[in-house]
Amino acid sequence: MSTLSLTGVSRWYGNVVAVNDISMALGPGVTGLLGPNGAGKTTLLHMMAGFLAPSRGTVTLDDEPTWRNPDVYRRLGLVSEREAVQGFLTAYEFVLASAKLHRLPDPAAAARRAIDLVELESAQDRRIGTYSKGMRQRARVAAALVHDPQVLLLDEPFNGMDPRQRLHMMQLLHTLGDAGRTILFSSHILEEVEQVSGTVQVMVAGRLAASGDFRTIRRLMTNRPHVFAVRSTDDRALAVALIAEASVSGVELDPTGLTVRAGDYGAFTRALPRIALNKGIRVRQLVPSDESLESVFSYLVEA
Amino acid sequence: MSTVTWITARGLFGRRRFLLLLPLPLVLLGLAVLCRSLGVDPGQWGPPVLVGLGLAVVLPVVALIIGTGVLGAEIDDGTVVHILTKPLPRWQIVLPKLAVAAGVTAVTVAVPLYVAGVLADSVRLGLALAVAGALGALAYSALFLALSLVTRRPVLLGLVYVLIWEGLLGNFVSGTKVLSIQQYVIALADRIAPTGLLETSVSVPVASVMTALVSVGFTVLAIDRLRSFSVAGETS
Repeated sequence: MSTLSLTGVSRWYGNVVAVNDISMALGPGVTGLLGPNGAGKTTLLHMMAGFLAPSRGTVTLDDEPTWRNPDVYRRLGLVSEREAVQGFLTAYEFVLASAKLHRLPDPAAAARRAIDLVELESAQDRRIGTYSKGMRQRARVAAALVHDPQVLLLDEPFNGMDPRQRLHMMQLLHTLGDAGRTILFSSHILEEVEQVSGTVQVMVAGRLAASGDFRTIRRLMTNRPHVFAVRSTDDRALAVALIAEASVSGVELDPTGLTVRAGDYGAFTRALPRIALNKGIRVRQLVPSDESLESVFSYLVEA
Repeated sequence: MSTVTWITARGLFGRRRFLLLLPLPLVLLGLAVLCRSLGVDPGQWGPPVLVGLGLAVVLPVVALIIGTGVLGAEIDDGTVVHILTKPLPRWQIVLPKLAVAAGVTAVTVAVPLYVAGVLADSVRLGLALAVAGALGALAYSALFLALSLVTRRPVLLGLVYVLIWEGLLGNFVSGTKVLSIQQYVIALADRIAPTGLLETSVSVPVASVMTALVSVGFTVLAIDRLRSFSVAGETS
């Protein structure tokens, strides 16, 4: 059982703050690091993995700093986002080299176990250069798992994987988490995180916007009104009818159409066609304007 | 053979870049053979071919290609992370890589230098050039290996050192020769086999001490830089 702790960690590049005063403690189980592109997830992961010095604050694995301390790699594995592998090696050679560099007592057995874990046996003697993106990713995961680390950090591990490979990777992360390993993976796709882990750390613009159980955070998000852009044949008449609806909390009328705020997503989307039909108004457009992950995040930041 | 050595060697010989090593030594060999077979006076072709081409161009350029390749290429394509995420003291990464770089450079350069030296004067000169060239290979490799950790443009900086500092400034500002690996190699070769073909400008003690200093100093620098190796985030 290992704990990765961050205390008041910031990282800036010149005037740009990439990570802003983040504190967290990661224990056994799977944790998702969620955030839009450019939120600072990779910077944070690199600091956790000892590949970047925090400008301020400390990153420790079981009370030992990760920066300038190669010994932490006995307990820590990293799968970076950059898809870099020695393409001239076969997967077996690649994983075996990792095992040997870790000075494991039986590198061959460890390499076979790791390749087995990611289900790459059938292709293990082919050069990695000939692999698909998902297979390469699995080879890299095998290399990171070869010494059975207590902590595994993965940067966007599902990128480039097909649905079956995703599912398999998700199951693998679950199994490792259930076995008491500390797993942290980053992603900018809400659904991926939702499926793999209950616990999330949400990063927005370098800050930790929310952390804890995913469902709780999601519920907090749905307390915010949903915003829709509506265009119809008679916007003013529709606005009058809509404001009488219990599910609608606000309507704005502007030259391009209506902006409707609804407290209840389901009730509003069921009510709109009924109202339009009764009033003889034709709805030309109905677009949820804050469904993107970024806007959900921005709610979190404002909260 | 250590695993780091094995991966480094496979990485070096597995890349196309390796083919760049072949033409220069071949030109050196070819010119030496040509001059000898045409019966040109060694006093005429010796200095330009042995020093002007061999020690001033072939040795540093081959060392540059290999020295910046053993670690720099891995840093460029990101595979260095695989080696760095291992619980290895950083000297155990730098020293094998330096050994591969210096070894391959020495072999690639010493053989044509030896042959050219034999054709120009004697076996003794050939051996002297080969030995001094191998020592120079070590110093250059340490320098270029460290460069690949200090800057993102090691090849460019290395070329500036070789062409501008050693090649150009050395001719006009004699003081720069004290900080020129090329001059150390010439001084050492001339000490082992005194001939009229090599013109020295630094003393043998200075050359020996500086060669050792450059080799050790830049190796220590490389180990320290690798300890603080930072991976730049790509998305942020």
